[in-house]
Amino acid sequence: MAEPQDPMQDDQPLLVAEHLGKNYGRLTACRDVSFALYPGEVLAVVGESGSGKSTLLQLLSAQLAPSAGRVSYRMRDGVLRDLARLGEAERRFLFRTDWGYVHQDAAQGLRMAVSAGANVGERLMAVGWNHYGRIRDAASSWLERVEIDTARIDDAPRTYSGGMRQRLQIARNLVTEPRLVFMDEPTGGLDVSVQARLLDLMRNLVSELGLAAIVVTHDLAVARLLSHRVMVMKGGRVIETGLTDQVLDDPREPYTQLLVSSILPA
Amino acid sequence: MTAMIDITSAKKTFTMHLQGGVELPVVRGVSFQVEPGECVVLSGPSGAGKSSILKMIFGNYRCDGGRIGIRHQGMVIDLATAEPRQVLSVRRTTIGYVSQFLRAVPRVATIDVVAEPLIANGIARAEARERAGALLRRLNIPERLWALPPSTFSGGEQQRVNIARGFISDLPILLLDEPTASLDAANRAVVVELIEQKKRQRVAMVAIVHDDEIRHLIADRIVDVTSFAAAA
Repeated sequence: MAEPQDPMQDDQPLLVAEHLGKNYGRLTACRDVSFALYPGEVLAVVGESGSGKSTLLQLLSAQLAPSAGRVSYRMRDGVLRDLARLGEAERRFLFRTDWGYVHQDAAQGLRMAVSAGANVGERLMAVGWNHYGRIRDAASSWLERVEIDTARIDDAPRTYSGGMRQRLQIARNLVTEPRLVFMDEPTGGLDVSVQARLLDLMRNLVSELGLAAIVVTHDLAVARLLSHRVMVMKGGRVIETGLTDQVLDDPREPYTQLLVSSILPA
Repeated sequence: MTAMIDITSAKKTFTMHLQGGVELPVVRGVSFQVEPGECVVLSGPSGAGKSSILKMIFGNYRCDGGRIGIRHQGMVIDLATAEPRQVLSVRRTTIGYVSQFLRAVPRVATIDVVAEPLIANGIARAEARERAGALLRRLNIPERLWALPPSTFSGGEQQRVNIARGFISDLPILLLDEPTASLDAANRAVVVELIEQKKRQRVAMVAIVHDDEIRHLIADRIVDVTSFAAAA
């Protein structure tokens, strides 16, 4: 359980973005984004559709090549490396082990036709685990952690509800003990009650494991619950950034004030 | 400085962009210190900026000018200019805040809501829960409610959960926004006792209390906020 750790005391950033930009022809999707993310820190990227937040997430997670600027990541040897210059083995290590990526649509992050146990076990096999019993035990313990009945371990996720799929996707990502997880609208498309459960679960896992995370969301309540820091994007640029409760309770920019004041009271 | 909190000429203005950029001055020239073991009560009518000052000391509201010096881990940090990471560090190990309303995650059990600040500081879950239980008992929250999320509780019960969460940590600074507002006499007395106990532990406190009797019981010094009112 929770070790007396304080990853946020770590003074070296885990990921650094410098003047990051992306153009599609004449269209600028993302422009001049710079920030540093520290171990254990959860950063929310908020903004409406088309603000560039999903493009930014793809740039940060090396799924898209930037038109300008760069992203650096501190590998486990402690050296900060430019993602664009990584070798194939290093990229594989990041994608399969040191990073997680939680998609809004669980079908993109899971293999829908194989069992839940295999979905979780697959990432372990990719890093060299080969003992079937141990893989199954690890998978089963992760299903428990994400509150999925282990009696369903042999069922394929296409038989799961939306909330269960999303929890399975999280288990699949966390089983390799990544240091950084990217999340793209992780609660999008779920019922409100299912969202609350998922958020609570993610919040606990992130703090217990000391994970760093970058969460893209248009839902300010998600940002408030999960993140330490928030970046507000509009028209491809970061227009306001700061501590999450500071930006949400004392927004400065006109657009942020509009976003905050547009939340319907429950 | 020996003071735990040293505020000099702090200033806060809201700019309401949705109302045509109206400037709403809240406070200016806020200056006072709080020593260890001292409880300073902010006084002044509603709207004078008491809560805003408390939120500025917690780093929840940004400060537009001046300085908010906080003694943190043997150094002085100016919260008016601190990086988000520093503010989080200050909140984890130096400043606790009991807000007027409880803001809890929907599904979390009361006992865990209260224990969370301890767990975040590395205290084992079992011990944290034990201390949380002791505090809840002292604040007269019956044990059968501990496993339930506080969102279903009455206003007074929620406030007591909030107080337990705020008082459980051994932080050297505590900010209290109307901690006794919706409590009955018995529970108000418990809160007064808890504040006394914190004073003996040399905790520096800033409080807002409207109840004259409570104010009289806990205040070592009163700072009148009306003198900081920003001229509109």
